[in-house]
Amino acid sequence: MLDIEDLHVEVEGKEILRGINLYIEKGKIYAIMGPNGTGKSTLAYTIAGHHRYKVNKGRILFKGKDITNLSPTERARLGIFLAFQYPIEIPGVTVASFLRTILNIKENISLVKFNKLLKEKMSLLEIEEGFAKRYLNDGFSGGEKKKCEILQMALIEPEVVILDEIDSGLDVDALKVVSNGIKRVFNSNMSIIIITHYSRILNYIEPDFVYVMMNGKFVASGKKDLVNAIEERGYEWLEEVNSNV
Amino acid sequence: MSDKIISEYKYGFKDPEEYIFRSKKGLSRETIEEISWIKMEPEWMKRFRLKAYEIFISKPMPSWGPDLSELDFNDIYYYIKPVDKKGASWEDLPTYIRNTFEKLGVPEAERKYLAGISAQYESESVYNNLKKRWENQGVIFVDTDTAVREYPELVKQYIGTVVPPQDNKFSALNSAVWSGGSFIYVPKNVHVDIPLQAYFRINAQNAGQFERTLIIAEEGSYLHYIEGCTAPIYSTSSLHSAVVEIIVKRGARVRYTTIQNWSSNVYNLVTKRAFAYEDSIVEWVDGNLGSKVSMKYPSVYMYGKGARAELLSVAFAGKGQHQDVGGKVLHLAPYTSSNIISKSISKDGGRSSYRGLVYIDSLAEGSRASVRCDALIFDEYSRSDTYPTMKIRNNNVLLSHEASVSKITEEQLFYLTSRGLTNLEANAMLVRGFIEPIAKEFPLEYAVELNRLIKIQLEETIG
Repeated sequence: MLDIEDLHVEVEGKEILRGINLYIEKGKIYAIMGPNGTGKSTLAYTIAGHHRYKVNKGRILFKGKDITNLSPTERARLGIFLAFQYPIEIPGVTVASFLRTILNIKENISLVKFNKLLKEKMSLLEIEEGFAKRYLNDGFSGGEKKKCEILQMALIEPEVVILDEIDSGLDVDALKVVSNGIKRVFNSNMSIIIITHYSRILNYIEPDFVYVMMNGKFVASGKKDLVNAIEERGYEWLEEVNSNV
Repeated sequence: MSDKIISEYKYGFKDPEEYIFRSKKGLSRETIEEISWIKMEPEWMKRFRLKAYEIFISKPMPSWGPDLSELDFNDIYYYIKPVDKKGASWEDLPTYIRNTFEKLGVPEAERKYLAGISAQYESESVYNNLKKRWENQGVIFVDTDTAVREYPELVKQYIGTVVPPQDNKFSALNSAVWSGGSFIYVPKNVHVDIPLQAYFRINAQNAGQFERTLIIAEEGSYLHYIEGCTAPIYSTSSLHSAVVEIIVKRGARVRYTTIQNWSSNVYNLVTKRAFAYEDSIVEWVDGNLGSKVSMKYPSVYMYGKGARAELLSVAFAGKGQHQDVGGKVLHLAPYTSSNIISKSISKDGGRSSYRGLVYIDSLAEGSRASVRCDALIFDEYSRSDTYPTMKIRNNNVLLSHEASVSKITEEQLFYLTSRGLTNLEANAMLVRGFIEPIAKEFPLEYAVELNRLIKIQLEETIG
């Protein structure tokens, strides 16, 4: 589905990613863990195509096609979706009208059908009805912003979903709702990349593969047991192991 | 002017310049006498015009606002009569005029959602219709020339009382050469609950359009009037200088909505004012797109206790354009209230200014006024200014003033494009969001049109 080959990325003159290799399979869930500032979000933004993230070496393939130089618009239209760690406020544009616009890019559906679909997806995420009339992310609480990201994902059903710190700023109840929502939207045609500092969301959504990133490189990979090890011992031991290489 | 811009201003098409009569270029006493003679006007109106002409000559050009130095009063045709007789139906009009209004969607709008419509082409109203239902209730909706003939007493009583010729140089000019415009009379307690619309079209090169609109809303009545304006693009300038006078009596409510989309060679210098009496409501809802220079400050003089004024405006200044717009509210009686919201967008070197006055008289005990100006600036070449004036003569009032300047951020654009919107769609959505508080006050069809027009303006530079 998504194939990242030896990716080197710099941001404002500073190299952040230093040779990332990752193969994302259809229908699987991936977790990328690591301490703050190691390049996890950089990877997310680079896959989504933010122009400030410069690829110096390597490439990104989506279904065999090189997308390294495509615009964010083109990537989104191919089926790549990034749920932002800090969703951006768009005053004056209601959630409903925004969602209809982005859904219309994918498929033209009638207003009646849209309203029905929206209602269904909102109840999935335990969002109350009035929410659709509010301006997008404008004055939303942290939890509302995150729910709104997942609501977008639920509606457009992208093929590759990157969740950038979706668990940050969520209390236990909200985390449960968001996690359940993600699980119910997930299907065998979708791949999910969960980027997180903490292991707690992975107690709700079990990843198929786990990678640990440090200083712009993957330093460990494994399965759920790697998450458990990090939960018990933190990241320091990995740093030590890695520094001996 | 580049071909690109011409192709993107959708209403830039031109008809052949056919007309029954066109006055000589330039302005003189003879021109005015000629206009009055062709219109077969009563003596009092001719005198009104000639007196106004003297005032026009005696007044200097306003120097406190936008640059008007390229406006040459001698290079303009002040009166162009396009047809001999007004059409009783659209079919009666010459094909090219009918096609023009078809292209502008005017007859369709009439059929779908209007109580009545008036279409002005160059100097004269060519079509005017009010649905029977309103006519039967005593509503009058005719062009102002017809009103001078058929309702001389009403016209004589009110014309020039709200905006006198001596008010400013352009109100004097309009008073001297006015032609067309709407005359509306709504009797006591009659609610015209679907809008009346007038459409103004300039076609000829170097043409001046000087419509004169007079609206009288009797006690307890309601009216929503909409006007739309366009013109083709020429390399030389055209001048649109209208005067709008509105009298809103006790407990009445008038909403006046404008969607102006002049081509970028038009000087749009307009005086609009309403008198609001006890417990009445006046709302100016204004969408200013296009034109070379616009000077427009819709005003409400609140003479009656409890009167209310709402001034909502959106202005878009693109390349080579200066939108100098705003509003004036005069609180002249107790417990009056006003609300001004101005949203401006400047792009590609365009300049938009908010110029406003809030005056609260010593008599206006317990009044409240609020002013909010938001500017959105696209690039470093564009400019936005605010010139808010507050004159407060009473201590027992509530006053608020807020202003903001914002930019579209890279992060907003990335967020939206990462959802599949193109760069243009993302910009258009952000602008749509910015003007939403005003756009929602337009009737749906017009809000859609406003957003569409803004998208066209954005298309000129965002690919």
